[in-house]
Amino acid sequence: MISISSYVIVAAVLFGIGTLGVLISRNIIILFMSLELMLNAASLAIIAFSRELNVIDGHVFVFLILAVAAAEAAVGLAMVITLFRNKETLNIDRFNLMKW
Amino acid sequence: MNLDAVIFIISAIVAVLGASMMIFQRNPVMAVLSFMVSLLAQAVLYIQLDALFLGAVLIIVYAGAVLVLFLFVIMLLNLRTTKELGPSSSLMRHLGKYFLSFLLIMEFVFIIKSSFFKGASLVGVMNMKPEGFGTVTSVATLLFTKYLYPFELTSILILVAIVGAVVMARKDKNIDRPTENKLGKN
Amino acid sequence: MLEIVIASSIKVIIVVIAVLTGCAYATYMERKLVAHFQHRIGPLYAGPYGLLQPMADAVKLIFKEDIVPDKVERYTYALAPVISFIPAMLIFAVIPFGKDTSVFGYGIKMVLSDLNIAVLFIFAITSLGIYGIILGGWSSGSKYSLMGGLRSSAQMISYEVSYGLSIIGVILIANTLSLRELVNQQASDSIWFFSHWYVWRQPLGFLLYLTCAIAETNRAPFDLPEAESELVGGYHTEYSSMRFSMFFIGEYANMLAVSAVGATLFFGGWQGPFVNTIPLLGIVWFVLKVFLFMFFYIWLRATFPRFRYDQLMNFGWKILLPLALFNTMLTSLLVALKVI
Repeated sequence: MISISSYVIVAAVLFGIGTLGVLISRNIIILFMSLELMLNAASLAIIAFSRELNVIDGHVFVFLILAVAAAEAAVGLAMVITLFRNKETLNIDRFNLMKW
Repeated sequence: MNLDAVIFIISAIVAVLGASMMIFQRNPVMAVLSFMVSLLAQAVLYIQLDALFLGAVLIIVYAGAVLVLFLFVIMLLNLRTTKELGPSSSLMRHLGKYFLSFLLIMEFVFIIKSSFFKGASLVGVMNMKPEGFGTVTSVATLLFTKYLYPFELTSILILVAIVGAVVMARKDKNIDRPTENKLGKN
Repeated sequence: MLEIVIASSIKVIIVVIAVLTGCAYATYMERKLVAHFQHRIGPLYAGPYGLLQPMADAVKLIFKEDIVPDKVERYTYALAPVISFIPAMLIFAVIPFGKDTSVFGYGIKMVLSDLNIAVLFIFAITSLGIYGIILGGWSSGSKYSLMGGLRSSAQMISYEVSYGLSIIGVILIANTLSLRELVNQQASDSIWFFSHWYVWRQPLGFLLYLTCAIAETNRAPFDLPEAESELVGGYHTEYSSMRFSMFFIGEYANMLAVSAVGATLFFGGWQGPFVNTIPLLGIVWFVLKVFLFMFFYIWLRATFPRFRYDQLMNFGWKILLPLALFNTMLTSLLVALKVI
């Protein structure tokens, strides 16, 4: 028998990896995917708790999270394209125009 | 060691490995592929937790649409070299960040393992569950009754996202016109 | 436990071999039919009526030199053909291909895995099929391949929406996502064995499915990703030998898969006359229906010229998607009013 807490621990580890990715990556696309990974980790935890408490409401939340993540990806990638047009790079350290 | 445990361990390891490969890749295409592998493993975990519908939706939405969009953008910008990112930074420079993330994970694990959880979290996956838990019917019933309002709001959100993406990704016509005219004259 | 493992392994092997053979003979069928559509004869010399031509082709492709161009991205280049091939095969895991029988006292389910979310599974796997083409186009390091990959990813994402919506009508009527249930609902004992097929209750949905399936499998007249006249070979320009043939088999396996799904959803799957008396006849009907779809595909290829790219996109977003939405709304209205 696998306890629910092991699923939550997997979710926590995934969340930590996502955080690390946001902190260390310099490629804006990989940074963006790390954000998505953090969302996924949260969804996994919600589903685990939902199973634990035997309420299906958590599934609805995860469904909405997925929809929001898809919308976010569309807008975010459009921003990436615009950024690339302006700077010809995806290196996040180069977008420092506001840093004075 | 039953089959459930074996499947859980394998997919948990694959999910974590795929995710960590993603953040350490320099080639964005390989990063997307690693993320996809991680997602497939996460879908297995979802299905183990009786979230059949969401497991399928995770693959359809993420692997089928979002990651394809990432790949599409990578191809559109034709990002072949990783030179512009500079040399890969040393471990020492990022040591603090690694430590912070490790601390974060340990904190979570500590909370999960603490007494706050102990009474509740020892239930196995195979224990009794309500009839039809996690099936399409059960999720849909809730989605279209109790959560109808957020559901409709999501559709508006997606519409806004579509418009926003189109507006942002569209080429600015004022900037492009001179080159087009030049091409036309030649 | 062990018995189940052995029985399922045997079933898997049989299905894989059957699908691969089906792919091989689909190429033969295509060459022969296109030849006759164009008043030619087609393959003739290898075996009687050229029946051994697929074998000859396979041997040729295996023994050809595998040329890897200089500028490829190694891993993704090697991975792409495999990724394009595997999802197509996976779809057959949920498709019921016959009436349940018993052999030597063992009850045999004529489906590899009777999922109760089979239709969603098919969506999920179909959406993974894009990766092979995108990665093949990207990793080849050539302009033609990149253009082919870009075109195909845009095309497949656009048509996947209508593809999904076209099936929803059937699901609304059937009230289930299990393909086994769907097939059982289309059974009919009378002489009008086809009277309960969903194609009669979902004519618009069926036409939409057919169109989107062609676009999803990158076949003519929607074969922009590999348009020979503009893009040389599209995403598989730089591939040769076995890797090329993996793409090729993948395309045909995809065609077989969408044909099988179409036959199951709209044409009653393995249901047909005399199935109840001779259960094995179910497989025959199923294969017949699948190859009827294949015939239609090849017929289209020989008849229609290729779309232009903007026409394709306009058609997908401005005609197919509104029609699919209309069909979904109409069907849900009719189901709510208990008309169908």
